Order: sequence, then structure tokens, then C-alpha cells
Amino acid sequence: MAALGSPLRTLRGLLRELRHAGGRAGRPYRDTPAYQHVIAAFRANRVTSEQLCRAQQELHFQAATYLCLLRSVREHEALHQEYHGRGERSPEEVAGLVGFRLPQQPGGKG
Amino acid sequence: ERKRFYQNVSISQGEGGFEINLDHRKLKTPQAKLFTVPSEALAIAVATEWDSQKDTIKFYTMHLTTLCNTALDNPTQRSKMQLIRAAVKFLETDTVCYRVEEPPALAELQKNEWDPIVAWAEERYNVAIGSSTSILGPNIPASTKDTFVSHLASYNMWALQGIEYIITQLKSLILSMGVIDRHITVEKAVLLSRLEEEYQIQRWGNVEWAHDYDLCELRARAAAGTLFVHLCSESSTVKHKLLQD
Repeated sequence: MAALGSPLRTLRGLLRELRHAGGRAGRPYRDTPAYQHVIAAFRANRVTSEQLCRAQQELHFQAATYLCLLRSVREHEALHQEYHGRGERSPEEVAGLVGFRLPQQPGGKG
Repeated sequence: ERKRFYQNVSISQGEGGFEINLDHRKLKTPQAKLFTVPSEALAIAVATEWDSQKDTIKFYTMHLTTLCNTALDNPTQRSKMQLIRAAVKFLETDTVCYRVEEPPALAELQKNEWDPIVAWAEERYNVAIGSSTSILGPNIPASTKDTFVSHLASYNMWALQGIEYIITQLKSLILSMGVIDRHITVEKAVLLSRLEEEYQIQRWGNVEWAHDYDLCELRARAAAGTLFVHLCSESSTVKHKLLQD
């Protein structure tokens, strides 16, 4: 079984990611289906005395995987906005980078 | 790029499964089929993808939606057997079996990090795989391929689309089985898949706008694929445990 760490930590991380992801204007993130589902799933699996309960481990792995997905998508998008968000430079801007100006060609390009 | 044109995202249960509603409109696939998924948890996750779009819809971040669309439309029109064969064929060029001889530090790193996962797969599936430094890659026995073919045949079509997706992302059948069997986490599988990159980064330095960008994207895709496979292959019945008073 994969080394997953503490289920509580995974749950906390997952709820935090859902807070970033969800909650459109007016609707608090706690009301979203995803939040409700995660909380319910963790609650349902809490009631067991077995340490190595397979269902618990499967749920934990699923939660950890979903956490990885949400976190990675958010981080990727942040990097995208920071480095690739501005699109390409126009030819004028590129010329300006090295101190040139594009020539004026009244008749259009030859 | 499309603007977000809907206020509310909700799910509902239809005849074919769970559907996604964008305001009053039902979500459709690119081929205009009704978007239905077999698992409620998967529907909730897809709905969350749509609900987390801000002003514009960034389809490239919606990996679960993409996977569902692929499963529903099957644009490459492949049969179950074709998917399985494509997946198993990857074993011939599996990343973790394909070793370098130099630099010695990298060869050592590959041995230390990849040998255990190959050994795990060999034991778990009772097959011979091995590794190779030859440019032709490892020589995989036919019996090994047959074992994987019959194992993958036990998955349904949706799960297989997911499995094939993970394999093409991680460039490894072994690492993919590792996450699907919950032997390693997605983060670990991605690390092992990118072992040589990580080695070079340690040596020459990290370039955030390239390395981290690729790392996050691979993690997102691998995690989406893994979650998709698990949600498509579990039974929907909830097993209630006896409460202790």
C-alpha cells in the first residue's frame, strides 16, 4: 500500500483545495457537492476499529489522488498565468526589445 | 477561449447515469452526445471542474471532463482489445526498464529507484520483465504480455481508456499499474517517470517556467487518469459497517 501519511492531513488539504476551487458568488464552498461528498465519505469510513481496513485505505488513496489533481491543476494554472499568460509579443515589441523599429511601408509588404 | 456562460453547475441522475447541468442546459460531449457518467463521485468531480472556471473556460485544466468525453465519444474508435494491446505494447519501451550506462550516477539512481518497482510488478503479476541497457529495450516474454493482456481485460471500457491515458502520460505500463494497484502514490509515480529530469535538475538547476510547469501538468494528468480509473471500476454499492455502541 502506498505511503500516504495521515488521513487527517489529506482531508485538510483536500478541503483547502476545494475552498480555492469552488464557491461562485453567493454560494459558499461548504455547500458544493464536492465538499459535501468528501466530508460524508470520510465520516462514513471513520466508524471502524480495524487498523488496516481496506475500504479506509482505498478512500484515503482516492482522496490523496484527488488532492494531487486539484493542487496540481491550480499550481499549473498559476505558472501558466505567470509565464505563458501574456501570449506572444507583436513584431513591433520584438523589434523594440533590441532597439529597432519596424520600417514604414506605405505600399504594404513587398 | 469561451467565457463562462453559466451560473450554476449541478448534477442529476438520468437513465444512462449521472448528468451535468450548466444552469438549465445539459452538458454534451464534443460529438453532441449526452454527457453521462456511471459514477456519482465522478460526476461531482466533473461538476467541480466546471464550477471552478472563473471568467473564461480553460478546457486544458479540465482533465476529468476530457477523459469522460473520450470515453463517451471514443474518437479514435478503438475496440477494447485494441486499447489493451496498445497498453501492453508500451511494456517494450517501458521507462523503468530502459536503462542508461552513463553517467554512472544516473545509472545508479535508476537501479536504486526503478529496480524495486520492477520487482514489485514481477512479484505481483508473477511475470518476468527485467531491464535493459540495449537500445532495443528489454526483451519481454510473450507469457508476460499475455498475463497483462488478461489482467487488463478485467477492466471495463471506461477504465481502460483511463489506463491507456495514464500509460501514455507516465510513459510506463509498470508505473501505471503501480498507481492503479495503489502501490505508489501519483506523486511518486510522476517522480519515477521523470527520474532523469530530476537528476538533471539536481545537477544543473531548476527552471521554474519549464520544469515545474511540466511537473504540475504531468501530476494533474496522472492524478486525473488514476482517479478516473478508480471511480469507473469500483462498485457503487456502499458497504455499511456495523456501528459500535
